Amino acid sequence: MNGDSACAEGAISAGCRFFAGYPITPASELAERMSERLPQVGGVCIQMEDELASMAAVLGASWAGLKAMTATSGPGFSLMMENLGLGVMLETPCVLVNIQRAGPSTGLPTMTGQGDMMQARWGSHGSYEIIALAPISPQDIFDLTILAFNLSEKYRVPVLIMADEVVGHMSEKVTMPTIAAKDLVERRRPKVKPGKYLPYKPDADLVPPMAVAGEGYHFHVTGLTHDERGYPVMTVEAHDRLVRRLVDKIRLNRHDIIKYKEFQVEDADIIVCAYGISVRIAQLAVRMAREEGIRAGLLQLITIWPFAEQRIRELSLQAKAFVVPEINYGQIVLEVERCAGDRARAILVPHMGGSVHSPQTILEAIREATQ
Amino acid sequence: MTDTLNAKNHSIEKYLRQDRMPHIWCSGCGIGPAVSCFLRAIDRAEIDPNKIALVSGIGCTGRVAGYVKLDSFHTTHGRAIPFATGLKLAKPELKAVVFSGDGDLVAIGGNHLIHAARRNIDMTVICVNNFNYGMTGGQVGPTSPLEARTTTTPYGNFEPPFNLPYLASASGASYVARWTVLHLRELERAITEAMIKPGFSFIDVIAPCPPIYGRMNKMPLPMDSMHYYQEKTIIRHGADPKEADITLNGPILAGTFVDIERPTFQDQLNHISSKVNAQV
Repeated sequence: MNGDSACAEGAISAGCRFFAGYPITPASELAERMSERLPQVGGVCIQMEDELASMAAVLGASWAGLKAMTATSGPGFSLMMENLGLGVMLETPCVLVNIQRAGPSTGLPTMTGQGDMMQARWGSHGSYEIIALAPISPQDIFDLTILAFNLSEKYRVPVLIMADEVVGHMSEKVTMPTIAAKDLVERRRPKVKPGKYLPYKPDADLVPPMAVAGEGYHFHVTGLTHDERGYPVMTVEAHDRLVRRLVDKIRLNRHDIIKYKEFQVEDADIIVCAYGISVRIAQLAVRMAREEGIRAGLLQLITIWPFAEQRIRELSLQAKAFVVPEINYGQIVLEVERCAGDRARAILVPHMGGSVHSPQTILEAIREATQ
Repeated sequence: MTDTLNAKNHSIEKYLRQDRMPHIWCSGCGIGPAVSCFLRAIDRAEIDPNKIALVSGIGCTGRVAGYVKLDSFHTTHGRAIPFATGLKLAKPELKAVVFSGDGDLVAIGGNHLIHAARRNIDMTVICVNNFNYGMTGGQVGPTSPLEARTTTTPYGNFEPPFNLPYLASASGASYVARWTVLHLRELERAITEAMIKPGFSFIDVIAPCPPIYGRMNKMPLPMDSMHYYQEKTIIRHGADPKEADITLNGPILAGTFVDIERPTFQDQLNHISSKVNAQV
């Protein structure tokens, strides 16, 4: 099964019952799979007139109580930034999949890239925090799609799956276990009666319980700065309170959200820090370096945003250098550099896109890093 | 006062968020009367208010969502229709109502308008058409008549405007009507009919914007527009919407232009789903 299809299956296993999308290479197979599968499980799949509408429809469906998803790539991702911001502001659980291709602009539509990593973090206007995950294989995208829905329901935030064309189009064996209901997170619903409900009064974890349309709560939600009632309040104080909470509900829960994997880092003084498809090339490069006697290790970032700051800081105490292969001209390396400070070097191994790195390129960077 | 306004159970206060008053609209604005007609139409159409999802975009009319005591969504500029599409398809028991302005629905949101009409999504779109972008200070809009003065057409508008009933009708709407906010009873009835009608319904509500558009076009007082509507409105039900063009200070064709039966998106979806489930 290819990665696009595995993502669709992961979504259905997670309980997704609404998909709205617009055709774009290399994410179209995902929409095609959803259009076939959702009617079989009582869900709704609609091809909208553009990506602006797709993202808006996903938010609407979520507010009607369904788990909802859309999928796109580069240019479509740009168009979705507008309503992604609304999703953040209204605290709407949903999942947005970006099967990245090489940009800027139309770029290399059929070929891979990782150039949208900073757009994932900062693409919509204003101050906010978001969750983004990076899968490395069809099996991984299946698993991470379930995780993405769980995180979005738990924290009431859009979750991004930042895959790439290679992961989306490669075919590998995917095991799809039946997911038990206890392994699926559902948004917290209000415990109070209509009339007593304050749509944006948070619980202790800073996440407010969420009512859905049609149940008599008569709630109002707005993209304007608002108070706990959901009413617009155009003051500095209200804005401060709201933006702090939107950001802090992710930042203060980062230990629950951030996931990474490590290979041979225990004694490593050169650590390759990679994400997405580049992890699999980096694994080869690290093995080759070990054969040469270089104490190399690999840190795989599963959660890209919020960033694994603390782990990079800790590793910077033992490592001489981080080697960061990216299919772009340097994005996540900036974060690694920031967290490593002057304790360890951060060495970018850039690749402009269209294909993946060769293991040799990364190996050479590891060798240089030992100097 | 008319019988409609006095009718039993037609009190609209229960549907208003009194704790949000006063509203932001200028005196003489046409949005208020349109909202009143809509709120009365809820009872008249015997719709369960718990099942209404009201969605607005951005602009003066975009603020409607914030004043009604219903599940209400103040969304992004132009995207009220696709947001409402998601709500409606995810929960078909909802009555989706989009309340927004001409700039929001027809300029930045124009693509969504025509595609929702083409699909015959079951929703009612109430478009308060005041011929300009009021909230941002009175710029030219997609319905500004030729020669109209706006802040971005200081020498007069030279872009031909959209004829909204014609646009909605040509795009596939099942129900299309136009009234001015002088025609409260007719407007209330049209919104009632639209909300009962399965499929995509569109109402073009001609509304004054006295302190901005009106001031720039020699109708600075609220009563100026009312006199204009009284003198120049021609009511012709069933008229060809092609003839519903609006010119500066010219006649306003009003009435119900389209009222047809056509399978809705939900009808087609149910049909496909039952076919799929028969196979599975």
